[in-house]
Amino acid sequence: MTASVPTLPPAQSQALALRYDREVATRRRRVLLGIAIFIAAMATSGWMTEVDLGKLFQNIGAFGSYIVRLAHLANGEPVWTDFGEWFWGLHKWTVLLGETLIIAYLGTALGAICAFVLSFPAAINLTPSPRVRFVARRFLEFCRSVPEIVFALVFVIAFGLGPIPGVLALAIHGTGALGKLFSEIVENIDMAPVEGIRATGAGRVAVIRFAVLPQVLSGFVSYTLLRFEINVRGAAVMGFVGAGGIGQDLLEAIRKFYYSDVSAILILIIVTVMVIDIVTERIRHALTGTPS
Amino acid sequence: MNAPISLPGSARAPRPVSRLREDALRELPQLRARHADAFRRVTRNGVLGLMLTVVLLTIFIYGFAALGFSFAKMLAGLDQLGTFVVLMWPPTPGTMRRLFLFLHALGETVAIAALGTMLAACIALPFGFLAAKNVVANRIVHFLSRRMLDTVRGVDTLIWALLWVNVVGLGPFAGVLAIMCSDTGALGKLFSEAIETASRRPVEGVMSAGGSRLAAVRFGILPQVLPVFASQVLYFFESNTRSATIIGIVGAGGIGLHLSEQIRTLEWQHVAFLVILILATVAVIDTLSTRLRSAIIGARPTVV
Repeated sequence: MTASVPTLPPAQSQALALRYDREVATRRRRVLLGIAIFIAAMATSGWMTEVDLGKLFQNIGAFGSYIVRLAHLANGEPVWTDFGEWFWGLHKWTVLLGETLIIAYLGTALGAICAFVLSFPAAINLTPSPRVRFVARRFLEFCRSVPEIVFALVFVIAFGLGPIPGVLALAIHGTGALGKLFSEIVENIDMAPVEGIRATGAGRVAVIRFAVLPQVLSGFVSYTLLRFEINVRGAAVMGFVGAGGIGQDLLEAIRKFYYSDVSAILILIIVTVMVIDIVTERIRHALTGTPS
Repeated sequence: MNAPISLPGSARAPRPVSRLREDALRELPQLRARHADAFRRVTRNGVLGLMLTVVLLTIFIYGFAALGFSFAKMLAGLDQLGTFVVLMWPPTPGTMRRLFLFLHALGETVAIAALGTMLAACIALPFGFLAAKNVVANRIVHFLSRRMLDTVRGVDTLIWALLWVNVVGLGPFAGVLAIMCSDTGALGKLFSEAIETASRRPVEGVMSAGGSRLAAVRFGILPQVLPVFASQVLYFFESNTRSATIIGIVGAGGIGLHLSEQIRTLEWQHVAFLVILILATVAVIDTLSTRLRSAIIGARPTVV
C-alpha cells in the first residue's frame, strides 16, 4: 500500500502557511511582551523594596550566625548540652501556650458560630432576596478584608491589653473567612431534600435543620478545624500587639537577643502547630471520608 | 387517575393524607420491626456527639472564665469601638504630604508581596519536585523535604520578619525575605501535591520513547503542572498583598508601619483612609489576577 499525502494547490497552501506563521508570530510576541512586563515589574519591585544584594551577601553570614546563636545558651554552650537551662521557662511558656490555644479555640468557635448563622442568608439557593444576600455578603467581606492583627491592634486600644482583643480579632476575621466558605458549601447542596421538606409546609428553620444541615455539617466541621489550625498560628503572634498569648514573650526574647529563649519558644510553637496539624488532618479525613 | 388533590382551601375533599397516616399508624409495629435502626432513640453516634458537645462547651465556658471576659468589660469596649467608628468619618489622609507618604508605602507593600512571592516560587519549585513521591521515590528524601517545608511554614510571617529585621536591618528588604521564607513552605507543599496528582501517562510516554528521567519531568510533568503553579502563585501574590500590609508592624517596611502608627496615635480618620486604600488595592489585584489566571489556564466556566 502506498501512502499518499494529499497536497493542496500551492496558492491555497501558501495562504494557509502564511496565516500559520502569523499566528505563531503573534503568540510569540505576546509571550515576549508578557515576559518583558514581568521583568519590568520585578525590577521596579526590587527598586521599591530597596533590595540590596550587596547587603544581603554581606549579612547572609549574619543570618547563618543568627541561626548558630539560636542554638547556643547564654554561657556559650550548645543548647542540647543542658535542656534544663534551655527550657528554663518551660512552665511559664506552657501556660502562655495554653492561653494561646484557648484564644485560638474561642476565636474559632465564636467565628464559626457567627459564620454558621450568616452563611444561610448569604447563600443564593436559600435566600432569594437579593437585598438580604447583598448585606450578608458585604458584611462577611468586611470581616475578612483586614488581617486579624489589625483588628487586634484596634481592639487592644478599645478593650485594653490582654487576651480578649485577640479572641475578638480572630472571631471577626474567622467569621468572614468561614462565612464565605460555609455559604459556598450551602450553595452546592442537593436541593431535592429542601423541596421535600418545604413541601410538607415546614418553616425556614425546619428546612435548614432537616434538609440542609445533614448535607453540610461535615464540610462545616472540616473547614472549622482548618480554621482552628490557622488561628493557632495567628494567636501565636497576637502578643506582638499586646493581645495575649505566647507572642509577647517571643517578641521580648527576639528584641532583647535572648537567643536560646527564642529557639526554645519557637520549637514549642512549631511542635504545637505540628501536633494540631496532624490531629485535625486525621479528623478531617475521617469526616470527609477521604483516605489520608 | 381521578384521585382528588386536596388543597388547603377546599373543604369537601376526602383528605387522602390522613388515611395515609392511619395506615402508617396501623402498620407501625411492622415498620418498627423492619427498620429497627431508624427507630432507636439512643444511638452510639448520638451519645458520642452529646459527649463531644459537652466537652467542647465546657472548654468554651472555661476559656471565657479563664481569659477574664466580663459583661461590663465587653460593654465598655464596645462603647469605645463605637466612638472610634464615629471618629473615623470622614476618612482622610490629612495633608497632601501624608497622602504621598501613604501611596509610596502602598507601592512598597505591593512590591514586597510581588518580589517575595516570586522568590518563594523559585525556591519552592525544586523542593516541590523533591517532596513529590512520584518524582523522587526515596522515602528519606521525601520525609526530610516534607518536614523542612512544614517547619518553614510553621513559623509565622511576622516572626520571619522579626528575624530578618535582625539580619538585614529595618526596611522593606526584610519584608521581602520574610514573605519569601514563609511562602516557600506553603508553595512547596502545594507544588508537590500538584505534581503528585499529575497523570502518569505522559511520563510513561516520554520514557518509552527513550527519554531520560529529567526529560520525563520536563516534557511529561511540567506542562501538566505549570498552569496550576501559575494560578497558585497568583493567588499567593494576592493574599500576600494583604499580609504584607501587616509586616510593617514589626518594622519590615510597607504600609503596616503607618497603619499601626496611626492606630496607636488614635488618628482614626487616617486609619479609615488607609484601610480603604488597602482594600481598593487588594480589589484591583484580585481582578487583575483573576483575568491573568483565566488567561493562563484557559477560559473555564465560573461557578457562581
